[in-house]
Amino acid sequence: MSINKDTIKKISKLARISVTNEETDRLVKDLNSILKFVEQLKELNTDKITPIASVSDQVLTMNKDEIKKINEKEEILKNAPEKNSNYYIVPKVIE
Amino acid sequence: MTDLTKLTLVESIKHVKDKKCSAAELVSAYVKRIEKSDKLNCFNTKDLENAVSKAKKIDASKKLDKALVGAPIAVKDLFCTKGIKTTASSKILSNFIPTYESTVTEKLWNEDAILIGKLNSDEFAMGSSNETSNFGNVLNPYRLNNENLVPGGSSGGCASAVAADLTSATVGTDTGGSIRQPAAFTGIVGLKPTYGRCSRWGIVAFASSLDQAGPMTKDVKDAALMLDVISGYDEKDSTSANKPKSSFLNSIKNNVKGLRVGVPKEYRVDNMPKEVDDLWQEGIKILKENGAVIKDISLPHTKYALPTYYIIAPAEASSNLARYDGVRYGIRAEGKDLTEMYENTRSKGFGKEVKRRIMIGTYVLSSGYYDAYYLKAQKVRNLIKMDFDNAYKDVDVILTPTTPTPAFKFGANTDDPIAMYLNDIFTVTANLAGLPAISLPIKYNKDGLPLSLQLFGKSFDEQTLLNTAYSIEQQVNFKSQVKDWWM
Repeated sequence: MSINKDTIKKISKLARISVTNEETDRLVKDLNSILKFVEQLKELNTDKITPIASVSDQVLTMNKDEIKKINEKEEILKNAPEKNSNYYIVPKVIE
Repeated sequence: MTDLTKLTLVESIKHVKDKKCSAAELVSAYVKRIEKSDKLNCFNTKDLENAVSKAKKIDASKKLDKALVGAPIAVKDLFCTKGIKTTASSKILSNFIPTYESTVTEKLWNEDAILIGKLNSDEFAMGSSNETSNFGNVLNPYRLNNENLVPGGSSGGCASAVAADLTSATVGTDTGGSIRQPAAFTGIVGLKPTYGRCSRWGIVAFASSLDQAGPMTKDVKDAALMLDVISGYDEKDSTSANKPKSSFLNSIKNNVKGLRVGVPKEYRVDNMPKEVDDLWQEGIKILKENGAVIKDISLPHTKYALPTYYIIAPAEASSNLARYDGVRYGIRAEGKDLTEMYENTRSKGFGKEVKRRIMIGTYVLSSGYYDAYYLKAQKVRNLIKMDFDNAYKDVDVILTPTTPTPAFKFGANTDDPIAMYLNDIFTVTANLAGLPAISLPIKYNKDGLPLSLQLFGKSFDEQTLLNTAYSIEQQVNFKSQVKDWWM
């Protein structure tokens, strides 16, 4: 399977990153070269191997059911690109 | 008078505790050097005045009992620091001021270490030369015939800052070699602890199943002390390990008698320069002379580690970096609707390498390709882990070179992503298997560039790793040859 310009368009839409035509050409080349590299894995028979998502052997533990009062609303909102009183502002979603 | 910046971390703390110098004198000595070292571009943000006033407060309190008392420490700009800009060396976070402190850095300040600044790195820790930073290249204090070299990456600013005596020690992060490879390129010690040894809370996430924070220091004892401070269970990170630990520093000993050291044949890669192979043989010889038992071992799936990594790491990154959407923090680019705002923000905010990895990650996770790529990689990851499980039935540590080459020139690998990725060929296995590994400088090559060896340990057995590294360090007596050419 190789990646063409249409694939790049599709992935860029999924990843929410707009790409220029020039970037698309470059990405076709780079992503194909990366895919070719990772396709070495197909040489291996892994039918009976369990996939692992993590190497951690930690089991999830319960935290104490305590209330921690953290009110950082104002501080957190300082980082917002656009805000109005206690809300983040985004471009209009509903027509 | 002693140049305080030449002391190791352990020595400088002893200096303060013994009142041979005040904390303020120690911090000021570093501040002076930092002010003359802008050319290296190690710092994204400096906090020098605050650092001096914090040191004066410590001096005035007359309480000098904490483990890192007065030590000036700059940290990788991937650790969130409350009230201090944290950028991950990315444009998209170039104005972000965290409202909270990462667990690892909080542990440093609780022991009276003093923040002096935030260190440059590859953007979101994605790179092996620090060339993907939004804030410019970091220079390696070592040069090749007066030509500048990369410091390695992604913790390149950390590595150069320690090598150039701009911080008494630092913490970096290592996802595929980002502590060990730059440590090797700059002749310092870099330790990636076992996955789960240190909390990831408050560290800008890259690939959550691989990321681990760790010390980068002037010597092995400094690394042990730093690990003592930054490790431990944290209820804010469910993958941090709840294991008992004693002091790595106090338990360190120069004794490798009977230690079983594995030498994996698969790490003898094609085109490995002779100087690197010779270095490896030298390491084997030292350990043998000190009483260790050398065993040839096999880690048969080694060649599949990098391809596995370049599926898993981008996949996790594409998911982790979805949060940068121009809504809650970071920069925003305008768009005619919400989707276009997201797309323009991310297009403008991310650099080339980060976009490349998000795109490849999105692709391998997308419908129709998940099984062929992502699931396949997760299975091979298990094979790689089983290789180590098998090897550790016969050996206690594994010895390899840290990198296939010493530091290289700027632009040498920027046109071909695969050529750049090959830098991590010896380091990436430790991340996939979750194992601790340390890079230790051994000698200089004929051009005066540092060459380093790497040791892998068993899960949560950093102590044996530190003991072995310490034993080699005592023998090779590697000394900094940094010449302050930039001042």
